[in-house]
Amino acid sequence: MSAIAHVDGHEEDHDHGHHHKEIFITKYIFSQDHKMISKQYLITGLIMGIIGIAMSILFRMQLAWPDHKFTIFEVLLGKFGEDGVMDPGMYLALVTIHGTIMVFFVLTAGLSGTFSNLLIPLQIGARDMASGFLNMISYWLFFLSSVIMVLSLFAEAGPASAGWTIYPPLSALPQAIGGSGTGMTLWLVSMAIFIASSLLGSLNYVVTVINLRTKGMSMTRMPLTIWAFFVTAIIGIVSFPVLLSAALLLIMDRGFGTSFYLSDIYIAGEVLHNQGGSPVLFEHLFWFLGHPEVYIVLLPALGITSEIIATNARKPIFGYRAMVASILAIAFLSTIVWGHHMFISGMNPFLGSVFTFTTLLIAIPSAVKAFNYITTLWKGNLQLNPAMLFSIGLVSTFITGGLTGIILGDSTLDINVHDTYFVVAHFHLVMGISALYGLFAGVYHWFPKMYGKMMNKNLGYVHFWVTAIGAYGVFFPMHFIGMAGLPRRYYTNSNFPYFDDLADTNVLITVFALITAAGQLVFLYNFISSIFYGKKAVQNPWKSNTMEWTTPVEHMHGNWPGDIPHVYRWPYDYSKTNENGEYVIAGQDYVSQITPLQDGEEEMHH
Amino acid sequence: MTVFLTIVVLALIGISLWQMTKILKLSQAKDADNSQVANDKDNNLQGKLMLAFVIFIYLLTIYCFVQYNSFFLPESASEHGVEYDRLMLISMVLIMFVQIITQGLLHYFSYKYRGNKNNKALFFADNDKLEFIWTIIPVIVLAGLIIYGLFTWTDIMNIDEEEGDPLIIELYAYQFDWRARYAGEDNELGKANVRFIEGVNTLGIDASDTYGMDDKITNELHLPVNRKVIFKMRSQDVLHSAYMPFFRAQMNVVPGMITEFSYTPTMTSEEMKNSEFMVEKVATINKIRKEKSKKLVAAGEEGLETYEFEYYLLCNKICGTSHYNMQMKIVVESEEDYEAWLKTQQTFKEQLSAQASN
Repeated sequence: MSAIAHVDGHEEDHDHGHHHKEIFITKYIFSQDHKMISKQYLITGLIMGIIGIAMSILFRMQLAWPDHKFTIFEVLLGKFGEDGVMDPGMYLALVTIHGTIMVFFVLTAGLSGTFSNLLIPLQIGARDMASGFLNMISYWLFFLSSVIMVLSLFAEAGPASAGWTIYPPLSALPQAIGGSGTGMTLWLVSMAIFIASSLLGSLNYVVTVINLRTKGMSMTRMPLTIWAFFVTAIIGIVSFPVLLSAALLLIMDRGFGTSFYLSDIYIAGEVLHNQGGSPVLFEHLFWFLGHPEVYIVLLPALGITSEIIATNARKPIFGYRAMVASILAIAFLSTIVWGHHMFISGMNPFLGSVFTFTTLLIAIPSAVKAFNYITTLWKGNLQLNPAMLFSIGLVSTFITGGLTGIILGDSTLDINVHDTYFVVAHFHLVMGISALYGLFAGVYHWFPKMYGKMMNKNLGYVHFWVTAIGAYGVFFPMHFIGMAGLPRRYYTNSNFPYFDDLADTNVLITVFALITAAGQLVFLYNFISSIFYGKKAVQNPWKSNTMEWTTPVEHMHGNWPGDIPHVYRWPYDYSKTNENGEYVIAGQDYVSQITPLQDGEEEMHH
Repeated sequence: MTVFLTIVVLALIGISLWQMTKILKLSQAKDADNSQVANDKDNNLQGKLMLAFVIFIYLLTIYCFVQYNSFFLPESASEHGVEYDRLMLISMVLIMFVQIITQGLLHYFSYKYRGNKNNKALFFADNDKLEFIWTIIPVIVLAGLIIYGLFTWTDIMNIDEEEGDPLIIELYAYQFDWRARYAGEDNELGKANVRFIEGVNTLGIDASDTYGMDDKITNELHLPVNRKVIFKMRSQDVLHSAYMPFFRAQMNVVPGMITEFSYTPTMTSEEMKNSEFMVEKVATINKIRKEKSKKLVAAGEEGLETYEFEYYLLCNKICGTSHYNMQMKIVVESEEDYEAWLKTQQTFKEQLSAQASN
């Protein structure tokens, strides 16, 4: 293929590949190879995902059939599910840990960790990350934090149960709720380690993207995946340390008697000495990370879909510059909109006005992205692989979920839907489901690169359709129960007869959730069996332009045998034709980035 | 119910297994193409499914709006709520319009341009004019929404105690209940702090502050209709949120500080109960409750009471294990009824002396 023809014909690269013997431990466990680390991230992320989704199933069952006894509760929850009745504290714990695991462990580490690690070196033409060692440490810290988070489930008085946002004083006082004892301590320790892991990873990504691009790979020739990972890493570096500060102050309030967040509290029959702190301070610090976090989760997914949609549409992504500008604009704005989570927190209403303004501004680059995706499909020659379906699905849920953001981002309208199921529906669609689709799309698309095997496409189709219908079935009706004023995080709604007519809808939602969760088993089966029994992949199965498909199918240390190829064009020369209407390379509707400009071909001004 | 559930789950698993084996068989049958890359046949089928999917989304939308129409809250029972509802309606119409168009285009294109060996994609990398148009349209529309929203927000949040003759009420939250403290004759709340909590003084009112003596503490919230109320909120322990959905009102209750919200109720409880919406809604709810009671009685348990609508205040910020049942009844009534009810309530001073005499 033309791609290979232009790899410089030097014999062997003497720096890489064969001077250190790999033993099992250095190859599979303490590996410093970015491809292995990416697989480690993916599998750890998937395992955490199974735990997180299983928890959601448990609390959805509780919500749908509150006065029913389920043996499974007793089996899984032990003393918190005695006689099949879920303990109300345990309900809150499940909600809390589900949120924490899905946001941080699955969608931050599992998504961004997996694909940043896999794709950054491969798509920019680097042998590995800037620091393989830090990269390894980053993964193992993530692993450690996952283990601690899972261990916290076995705390005597229950795991952390103050909501994933862990607002004090509830999270600070074990007297207020059992989960705020050991469970919360473990949660905080786990998250502190997680933040360290995330920072090491992000710094590595940024340095790698800036320094290790191959010759010819200018910033404007980078695939949108890399732009997304790069910018994600930057907002991670900016915002995660703030969460660490928030957590540290909370640890001090809990353990050392300080009063950063606590003031004037009378609980369990006594007055606490704390004076002068404010929970609102915590809310500011938390959401200073918490909101960018939404984009830390979402941007990699959008980067992945940009790449997959262009490849499978056999068309350049529409408006490359606008896409990059949108990513940058979203990243910048994401750090100044956090107050929209706090319109009614008691902060000054004038601040609310400012945050409404910035929040609705962020809708503009998001809208541009959505329109650009749709235009990319227009007049394409769509190859509807499972990865492509998930990418289109992402655009769909991103629009549906994003639009309701216009309501929630408006301080006035937020008053009456704040903390109701309307919010739950909104953020699950726009960041939860969308980012999960990004994760699935990435796995289906780059599975051949990761494991050298193909995933079964028909199982992929089944997985997609069950998930697509299920996700809408769960979250679309949920907006309506939210509009009825149904608060989230209620163990049961039966104490308000006014909500009695919503019960059927809650059952419907749970049934959809059960089906969707069962649908994920198809993916798991496909994933595992394809690793072992999948059809062997060819080098460039999707006929893609980016550099990772110029590496051999078999993994090797250093990625390319011989010199690293140079880059001569942007990654989106799909179906590019000469003036006579012929493809630039006859009979082939794609031109790899490492192919020099052909005779008489003009580099597109993009 | 468990049986039903088990059957449903088993049936679903069964169906998925059956489908899976069927698909595996199908995929094995034609070993001509085993590349696991979508071919024209796949593109054709998946493209059509995409079209079917957008129809599914449309139908789901219609179903939800028709079927769940009664879920929407009734017309607002407060003055500013009318503005709120109007802004909500405008935003909702707008986003549904965009939703229907964009989802339609997205899925229609996925169907229309489904891949085929003989097709050629159009190399179309950018178009400044097009991009300008779809940047500027959201800018204009959002600018409109922002300005409208901000005016309404300022109106609602601008709480002026001097203006008119507002009623001052403290809302006091603790795990897991609410108290209301009326400011009494002087319409001025006495100072309070959790450090004064002792015995009957459960709200920590400063006994040395004379303003506090005529305060009245109640566990129901009664409001005179058409008079502005300013709520001053205080929490005893953790964060709570005072959510009064029928009045489009919500504010967090934060330990260590006093938060405020204000509105003017415009519909009495009676009016709301007798509104067409509520009569119908309560009838539906009671039908559901009756059905449920039958089952309960059959199982030897007590049946459910018949429901009668009352306004309520509920906690809407996770606050502990009984968060789900932290509520207070709200009664909106005529000025006279309100005064009459208030007379029956003890003042703080009376409470203190009652304690002393015990």
